[in-house]
Amino acid sequence: MLNKTIHNYINRTSQASTLAFFRLAFGLMMLFSIVRFVSYGWVDKFYIQPKFHFTYFGFDWVKPLGDFTYVLFFICGLSAFMVAIGYKYKVSIILFFLSFTYIELMDKTTYLNHYYFISIVSFLLIFLPANATFSFDAYKNEKYRFKEVPKWTVDVLKLMLAIVYFYAGLAKLNSDWLFDAMPLKIWLPNQSNIPLIGNLLHENWVQYAFCWAGALYDLVIPFLLFNKKTRKFAFLLVVVFHILTKVLFPIGIFPYVMIISSLIFFDASFHNKVLTFISKIFNIKASVFNTSTIYKIDFSSRINALKISFLAFFMAFQLAFPFRYLLYPDELFWTEEGFRFSWRVMLMEKAGYTQFYITDSKTNQKIFVDNSKFLTSFQEKQMSFQPDFILQYAHFLHDYYQKTGYNDPKVTVDSYVALNGRLSKRYIDPKVDLAKEYESFQHKTWILPFNDEIKGF
Amino acid sequence: MKKYLFLIGLITIVFACSSEDGSSSSSGDNYNRTALLTNWVDNIIIPRYENLQGKVSTLKTAISIFNATPNQTNLDALRTTWLESYKAYQYVGFFNIGKAEEINFFSKSNVYPTNASGIDTNISSGTYDFQLLSQYSKQGFPALDYMINGLAETDVEIINFYTTNTYAANYKQYLTDLITALESDINAILNDWNGGYRATFIASNGNSVSSSTNRMVNSFVKYFEKDIRAGKIGIPAGVYSSGTTFPDKTEAYYKNDFSKILLNEAVKGAKDFFNGKYFSSATEGESLKSYLNFLNTVRDGQNLSSIINNQFTTINSTNALLNDSFETQISSNNTAMLNSFDALQQNVVYFKLDMMQAFNITVDYVDADGD
Repeated sequence: MLNKTIHNYINRTSQASTLAFFRLAFGLMMLFSIVRFVSYGWVDKFYIQPKFHFTYFGFDWVKPLGDFTYVLFFICGLSAFMVAIGYKYKVSIILFFLSFTYIELMDKTTYLNHYYFISIVSFLLIFLPANATFSFDAYKNEKYRFKEVPKWTVDVLKLMLAIVYFYAGLAKLNSDWLFDAMPLKIWLPNQSNIPLIGNLLHENWVQYAFCWAGALYDLVIPFLLFNKKTRKFAFLLVVVFHILTKVLFPIGIFPYVMIISSLIFFDASFHNKVLTFISKIFNIKASVFNTSTIYKIDFSSRINALKISFLAFFMAFQLAFPFRYLLYPDELFWTEEGFRFSWRVMLMEKAGYTQFYITDSKTNQKIFVDNSKFLTSFQEKQMSFQPDFILQYAHFLHDYYQKTGYNDPKVTVDSYVALNGRLSKRYIDPKVDLAKEYESFQHKTWILPFNDEIKGF
Repeated sequence: MKKYLFLIGLITIVFACSSEDGSSSSSGDNYNRTALLTNWVDNIIIPRYENLQGKVSTLKTAISIFNATPNQTNLDALRTTWLESYKAYQYVGFFNIGKAEEINFFSKSNVYPTNASGIDTNISSGTYDFQLLSQYSKQGFPALDYMINGLAETDVEIINFYTTNTYAANYKQYLTDLITALESDINAILNDWNGGYRATFIASNGNSVSSSTNRMVNSFVKYFEKDIRAGKIGIPAGVYSSGTTFPDKTEAYYKNDFSKILLNEAVKGAKDFFNGKYFSSATEGESLKSYLNFLNTVRDGQNLSSIINNQFTTINSTNALLNDSFETQISSNNTAMLNSFDALQQNVVYFKLDMMQAFNITVDYVDADGD
């Protein structure tokens, strides 16, 4: 019975234009995003200027390439454009995934959930026939031209989008967000000078309303988008919600990505019309893409069976991975063990004060570290409240001072952190020599206990 | 097609409505910073400098009287006026901004331990330029301390430097040059405030990194951290040298029984500035405290401003246990010094982390004390 359901589902098809629409929109947004990033001078600021980079555990080998980092961004932008027009799609989407992910892995200081989202979506796109219509590939070669594609190839993207929303909503179901209106209580009054609603942002009830509405929105929006009856209303909500977040917070292109991505939930007729319209503008004969061929995946082939099993596993992993924080003791927001890659957005106002000391093991000479000598102000800010940053930096300091002549330098730290409107507290055990501690997936015992509880997800 | 045009219209609105973010989030909390800056200048900064100017002018008179007739009576009078002006000085160190910053006033006026042998050399050679970086440690209040308290063990011997010593004339000249340099710097700073700088300072009422509020908060916290916590207590008590103490690095070392009074004055200067208290009366105007209260900055169920003020109370009671002479205190019971350090350190954390987080201000100075 179950087998039959799966079998039926897998053979259901959907218009290829939906995937093509998403491919075009995604490619163009990524191109815009890369151009924007470069034009702000951020390549230099984030990847070339800093003397030291905070890398991800296991990815220490991913480093900026000096001035060649610009080449990397060029490749990324170019492949995004090639994805958009569907030219040599397979190669270009792989190239985009690799270059974009490489960029993100270079320094975790700039980590954002939406960059992770982009990496995942581009990874999924590698497996999807998104060039089946309205693409350069399909235009040139009949072999790539299809009217319909398996329904799951569209659904997998919808599911991914739904996960992002729903998990972001789940993460908001915690006592800080719902019962203390934190951190919006801190952030909203800072925007009091925006027109119309500015003065309201000081109001307690407004802050709570934003919190509850935000959580509710994230939780229900995927369902409203899935349902044909509520879809238009849902899209209106998407637009309003993301305009608000864009106006209130400095969150870059994320609102655009979400608004445009959510158009994938619309009927294929909509995507068809948009694509035909665009074809007209560029004087491309859309009739070329007329075909009745259906893209079929032959599951008797080992490779294909393996591919789809892998994708199923990948999605299951996406569902489970954000819950890994349950394996760690103490408060997630405090230790941040399992915080990243879990769609936890805008949940914390966290800041730190971190003073490092280097002590010579032989002479006992102790000196203060001037963080600005090694880190940019952005890196220092991020480092101050994230244990894995503190640890990696401590090892860097140990190596640096050993080279300058200190005998097996001990690295200790006076570190305080303030989280979501709580008074600052000592964060790291000041007696622990961080040079003797190592990064792992284990709990970091040298983080002092939070001694408070944030209930919920 | 209509509804799609509607959709496209919506998307256009999103793009149109959104301001570009950049990487800095500019803050617009609607707090009246003009009132804050005005209170700082008119009721705190300028009155404190005027007070210092008056005290230093009295000191100058006492020096010229002493130079005319170097005797015990005039030395005692000179010492009293020096103490008074040193106390007044403790109230202005927070304001390393404008002219004071430009002429490096705080680097020149209070470097201790003073360079005693360098001063001796200056006096015997008779040539020195106080504007040079290398001369910063041979002038200001610590140099005066050496000149009137530290030249010898007994007062008779000290007076002899100004009477029978071969270089007596040079000693007198050095005293005069020290006070002249100090006075002219203070006059320059005050003239600047009373001239155009007051308006410039108040007009910069935004929240950018270079705005007056941000710079003043940074300057205030930096002084509290580096000059009060580290300079007056931490360094002599060996906090930055793995326990090796430096009793000779205390403030007013030659006068010796005065270091606690200076610390208390500086802490009072910090507390009064935080609370926006007028220099000349008990009235409180707009301040860091009122700004925090305006933002409704509650931490652990209590106003952050109250938490900080309570910590000032703790600091005062911990400091009250110290000997008037920190040199004595360090050699008899350094733990009391370390307790004072911890009490001060707690407010450094509240200022640098909790308060600046609430104001959305970033620390723009380097952490390099003791390095």
